[in-house]
Amino acid sequence: MKKRRLFGKRFKLAVGGGIVVLAVLTAIFAPVIAPWDPYHQDLMVRLKPGFWSPNAVPGHFLGTDNYGRDLLSRLIYGSRLSILVGVSSMLLSALIGTLAGIIAGLRGGATEQMIMRFADAQMAFPDILLAILMVAAVGGDAINLILVLGVSRWMVYARVVFGLTRSLQQRPYVEAATLYGGRDFYVMHQHILPQVMPVLTVLATLQVAQMILQETALSFLGLGLPPPAATWGNILAEGSTRLFQAPWIANFAGLAIILLVWGVNMLGNGLREHYDPKLSGR
Amino acid sequence: MALYILRRLAFVPFTLLLVAFAVFIVLRLTGNPVDIFLDINRTPEQVEELTRRLHLDQPLPVQFLIFLRDLLHGDFGESLQFSGSAALVVWQRAGATLQLAGTALALAVALGVLGGIVCAVWRDRAADALVSSIAIAGQSMPSFWLGMLLIEFFALQMRWLPTSGYGEPKHLVLPAITLATILLPNFVLITRTAIIELANEQFVVTGRSKGLSRSRVLLTHILPNAVNPVLSFLGIQLGHLMAGSIVTETIFAWPGVGRLLITSISHRDVPVVEAAVFLIATIIALSNLLVDVLQMLIDPRIRRA
Repeated sequence: MKKRRLFGKRFKLAVGGGIVVLAVLTAIFAPVIAPWDPYHQDLMVRLKPGFWSPNAVPGHFLGTDNYGRDLLSRLIYGSRLSILVGVSSMLLSALIGTLAGIIAGLRGGATEQMIMRFADAQMAFPDILLAILMVAAVGGDAINLILVLGVSRWMVYARVVFGLTRSLQQRPYVEAATLYGGRDFYVMHQHILPQVMPVLTVLATLQVAQMILQETALSFLGLGLPPPAATWGNILAEGSTRLFQAPWIANFAGLAIILLVWGVNMLGNGLREHYDPKLSGR
Repeated sequence: MALYILRRLAFVPFTLLLVAFAVFIVLRLTGNPVDIFLDINRTPEQVEELTRRLHLDQPLPVQFLIFLRDLLHGDFGESLQFSGSAALVVWQRAGATLQLAGTALALAVALGVLGGIVCAVWRDRAADALVSSIAIAGQSMPSFWLGMLLIEFFALQMRWLPTSGYGEPKHLVLPAITLATILLPNFVLITRTAIIELANEQFVVTGRSKGLSRSRVLLTHILPNAVNPVLSFLGIQLGHLMAGSIVTETIFAWPGVGRLLITSISHRDVPVVEAAVFLIATIIALSNLLVDVLQMLIDPRIRRA
């Protein structure tokens, strides 16, 4: 039944993991790697192309932007915010969602109805709309972005964890623990969480990709960190107004985003196949 | 069946009530509403007028009830940047958004289902590997960047199509492709999975073993049953569609609700922001209802459940 696949599990884990590790290292060591200060302006070298062009200015590998800032350095620093916001907001939403899902599953009844109907309703409401609304009200600094994105995605985890908790509850060992008088927290910690963990890991990894895309989208709409902050979304937004004179600004920012998001997606899909061998045939 | 529709219909106001609650909390409780609605150049008269209109001197539950009452009347207040009521301003842009979103959805479903069928029929062959890989890469593509690439190539380099504008069919091409591409990869992958799962069902195996051709089985056994999973996925994607529309409209200066929402935020035109958010939420809730009812009409198993 199983056939050869073009991209196997190992390939996905290696390539996806490699890209993610590389991106994290870039973010951590940004001050060491970046050839320029990302905010250093030099109006003499405005909108100069990079290495591919005869008009390139030495030292600016990927060219410069409208203020003569070095594009490569700005992209390197931009990885910091993307990864920080992506990972932190994922952790926040995973925490809220997992707790809500387990509690709804264990308690049932009115608690379940309240949590899950709320999740359903929020599911029908585009998360970016909620994020736009909240950023518009409270402003877009890094902490707000993390909070906003974290709150706007919890129900994804809640639904999955709720379903898992429900099916785990039927297992003899969970029933036994409950019958012996184990408290909700004990059952959750000892019996439910370890079982939910693999699924959560996969879901959380894939969600990081979504969060990064969401953050760049918010920045692009002018609702992220205000300029001159070097974020990928900001660079892309600035580049979008200069598509004719300096298309490389938008192109490299877009390339950076798609590469990281693709890497995270690959890693997530690889992990899924790792934890669930049934899926690798699909 | 009527009971089911009624139950689903009852869920719509509930969703909208939660949206109202969220909007109320976000715009009235996170900080001073006066600061959110009015900028630094405000006059005392404006503050007084706002306090009166939002009933800020009343207790919070009363404020919320008044807010709900105004909502029921479709009264969001006067727009601050345009003359006229906010509801009217938003309503005038709804047509453009529906036109864009509808075209994009039709494009995404048609191409996505076709791609999914190709992948499933030639599963694990070159065609599948190619289409699936493109689809997975497409899921990582930020739509706003795709929009820019399309502008760079088709509008600036080739000069075949306008970079932005509204009214003629040629203006619709690039925005519709951009928005469709957000959903397209998901439809390819979901159709592929649905068909592959159905291929192992007993009625499919029976069909094959009694001598029906592959294409016959695909057309009469598999595809009719694949409609429902794809349709229920479509319901989930409607939120994505509207969210994508906000971004797409901003890239192409498309005069729809999404771009209005973004410009209104930067102009602090809160009444219009509220009205736009509500219109989008209502569109999504009603389309979800439509999808549910359609599913029920198509699949008798859901009706009995």
